[in-house]
Amino acid sequence: MLTVQILIDGFAISALYGLGAVGFTLMFGVCGVLNLAHGATMVVAAVTAWVVAGQYAANPWVAAVAGTAAGVLTAFATYFLVVRPIQRSSSVPAAEREIFVLTGTLLWGVMIQEAVAYFYTDNPKTVRPLIAGVMQIGGVRTPINELVIAVICWAVIGLLWLLVNRSKAGKVLLAASINPRALSILGFELSRVYLLVWTIYGVLAGIAGVLLATFLGASSAQSSQLTASAFSIVVLGGLGSVYGSLLAAYAVGYLETLTAYLISPTYRTVPALVLLVLVVYVRPHGLLGRR
Amino acid sequence: MLDRSRMAVHARNGLLSAAAMACFLAGAAQADPKEPIKIGIISEESAIPGAGISKGARLAVDAINAAGGIDGRKLEIVQYDDHSQAADAVRAFQRAVSQDKVVAVIGTYISEIALALQPWAARSHVPFITTGAASNEISKHIHDDYDKNKYTFHEFMASRFIADSVCDSIKQALQPHYSIKTAVVFSEDAAWTAPLDAEYLECLPKIGVKVLDHVRFSADTGDFTPLFNKIEGQKPDVIVTGISHVGVQPTVQWAQQQVPVPMMGYSGQATSGTFWNDTNGAAAGIVTFSVAAAGAELTAKTQPFVNDYIKHFGDAPVLTGFTTYDAVFVLAEAIKRAGSTDADQLVAALEKTDYVGTVGRVQFYGRNNDFTHAMKYGPEFVTGTMLQWQNGKQVILWPRAASQTKIGFPAFTHLQRP
Repeated sequence: MLTVQILIDGFAISALYGLGAVGFTLMFGVCGVLNLAHGATMVVAAVTAWVVAGQYAANPWVAAVAGTAAGVLTAFATYFLVVRPIQRSSSVPAAEREIFVLTGTLLWGVMIQEAVAYFYTDNPKTVRPLIAGVMQIGGVRTPINELVIAVICWAVIGLLWLLVNRSKAGKVLLAASINPRALSILGFELSRVYLLVWTIYGVLAGIAGVLLATFLGASSAQSSQLTASAFSIVVLGGLGSVYGSLLAAYAVGYLETLTAYLISPTYRTVPALVLLVLVVYVRPHGLLGRR
Repeated sequence: MLDRSRMAVHARNGLLSAAAMACFLAGAAQADPKEPIKIGIISEESAIPGAGISKGARLAVDAINAAGGIDGRKLEIVQYDDHSQAADAVRAFQRAVSQDKVVAVIGTYISEIALALQPWAARSHVPFITTGAASNEISKHIHDDYDKNKYTFHEFMASRFIADSVCDSIKQALQPHYSIKTAVVFSEDAAWTAPLDAEYLECLPKIGVKVLDHVRFSADTGDFTPLFNKIEGQKPDVIVTGISHVGVQPTVQWAQQQVPVPMMGYSGQATSGTFWNDTNGAAAGIVTFSVAAAGAELTAKTQPFVNDYIKHFGDAPVLTGFTTYDAVFVLAEAIKRAGSTDADQLVAALEKTDYVGTVGRVQFYGRNNDFTHAMKYGPEFVTGTMLQWQNGKQVILWPRAASQTKIGFPAFTHLQRP
C-alpha cells in the first residue's frame, strides 16, 4: 500500500515539476534566457487565482484561467520591462548580456515577491481543488485533484509537443534554438519568435502556479525555492532539453517522495540535490543536454 | 606662556562651559513636556501575526492619545519591518534606541527573534516587550540572570502555558462530548515548540490521553501527505497541533485528503480572521487555542476592541493584535506610574502591572518564579481560549462557550462519542 501511495504521490508532484520546468528550459533553449523570476511568476498566478476565487467568488475553473492569464501578463512584463531593455542596451557589453539578464530577472523576481507579500501577506494561498473529493486507488485514499493535476500537466505537455513538432511555428522555435542567426537571415523576425516563447512560457508557468495552489498551496516566500527547484531540474535534465527536463522532473519528484515517506519529509530535497551535484561532476551537460 | 591669573580665568571659564554643557545635556535628557513619547514596534508587516502587532499598537496609541496621552504627552509609534529576520530585527532595535530614542520596544511573534533582541534590551537598558513569541526560554533567561535581562517582558502566553491551556480545554470542553483517549503530537520544528511539546507530553496523559507518537517536522515542509499517512496508520483519536509558521498548507491538505483524525491544539494561523478564506473553507472543524478571539468575551474590553479593529482594518484581529494592544496600555500605565521614562524605573513599574486588558488580567511573574516577567496563567489571570472554525466563523468552545454552541467535526473524521 505504501508503494502505491508513493507511486501516486510521486507521479502527481513530478508532473507538476515537469510542467514548471518545461517552460523554463524552453526559454533557455530558444531565447538563451534563464528567467530567475520563474518562481515569482508562478506565485503571481497562484495568488491571482486565489483572489479571483475568494474575493469574486468565481468557480475554480474561472479562477484557474484568471491565474494563468496573470502568469502570461507577468511573463510579458518580465520580457518587456527587464529582459528586452537589457538585451537591446548598447551600454551592456554583448559578452555580459546573459549575466545582466540573469541579475535583472533575479531582482525583478524579488520585487514581485515583495509586492505580493505587501499586498497579500506571505501566508500561503490555496485554491479550491478543480474537482473535490477522494477516490480509492489500490487501497489508497487519493484526492481526485491529484489525478486532475497529473492529467492537466500531461495534456499541456502533450499540446506543447504537438505545437513544437507538428506546427510551422514550432519548427521556427526549434530552428531558433539551433541557429537563430540563420533563421534571421532567412527573413524570420526573431523578436516575434521570442514573444511566442514568452507567451508559451507564461501559460506553462501560470498553469503550474495555479495547480500548485490547488495541491500544496503557494506563498510569496516560496518564490526563490520554486525557481531553485525548476533550475535544478533543468540543469539535471540538461539545459535547453525538454525531454531531459521531464526525465529529471520525474527523477527528482520520485526521489523526493521516496525520501519523504521512507526517511522524513524534513530531508525531502536532500537526495535530489546530491544527485544534482553528482550529475554536474560526472555529466556536466545534464542527463540529455546537448552541450 | 600664560601667567597664573590668566590660567585661573581659563580654568574658571572652562569649568563654567563644562557646567553649562552639563546643564544643557541634563536639560536634553529631561523630556520636553510636549515632546511625544516614542515606542518602537518591530514586526514583519507582510506576515499576518506581524501585521497584527503593528495594527494592535496603532489602535492602542490612537486611543491613549485621544484620551489626552500620558500626562499630556502624546505617544508616537516608530515602526520597523524585520522581515522575520533576526539580523534585521537587531538592526531595527539598535536604530530605535540610538537614533530614534524610543523609550521601549514592543514586537515580534517569533521566539528566535525575541531571543536575539533580549541581549540588546539588556545592553541598551531599554524595556522590550514581546507580544507574540512563546518560548519558555525568554522568561527563563530573565530568571537566570535577572539583573542583566530584567528589561525584557513576555506579554504573550509562554509555550508551557499554551500547552496547559490546550490540555485544560480538551478536558473541559471536548472530552465530555467525545472519546479522546489517544493522540499524536504534531509540531513544527521551532524554538517555541520544544517547551510546548514537552508540556503536551506531560499534560495529555494527565487528562487521560495517551500520546502514541510525537511528530516534529521542518517549518519548510510543503507536502504533508507522508506525515498524515503515517499518523493515520497509528489510529489516534486526535492530532494535537503545535504549528504557527505553517498552518494553511497542512489544513488544506488534511481536508483535501480527508484525513479521518480531527486536528486540535494550537494553530497560530488559524487564530487569524482570514484563515477561512486563506484555506477556502478547509478550516471547517479545526480547533485551536488563541490568546483571545472575536466572540470570546474574556473581559469587558475584548469585544469592543474586536469591533474597533474590524472597523479600522476590515478583518477580525489575529492573536498578536490583542496582546500588543494590551501591551501598549500596560506600558503607558507603567510610564504614568513611574512618572518617568527612565528604563530602570519603568521596569520596576512594569513589574507592578495589574491591568485588565482584552486577554484577561495581566500580571507578570516575579523574580523568584521560573517564568520571571511572563504573563501569569490561570483562571484569575490569562487562560487563553479554545475556538473552532465553523461555517466561516470562529466559535468559542472554552473557557465560556455560548449556550447554543455545538462542537462539530467534518464528516470524514471518525471521532467517537464517549
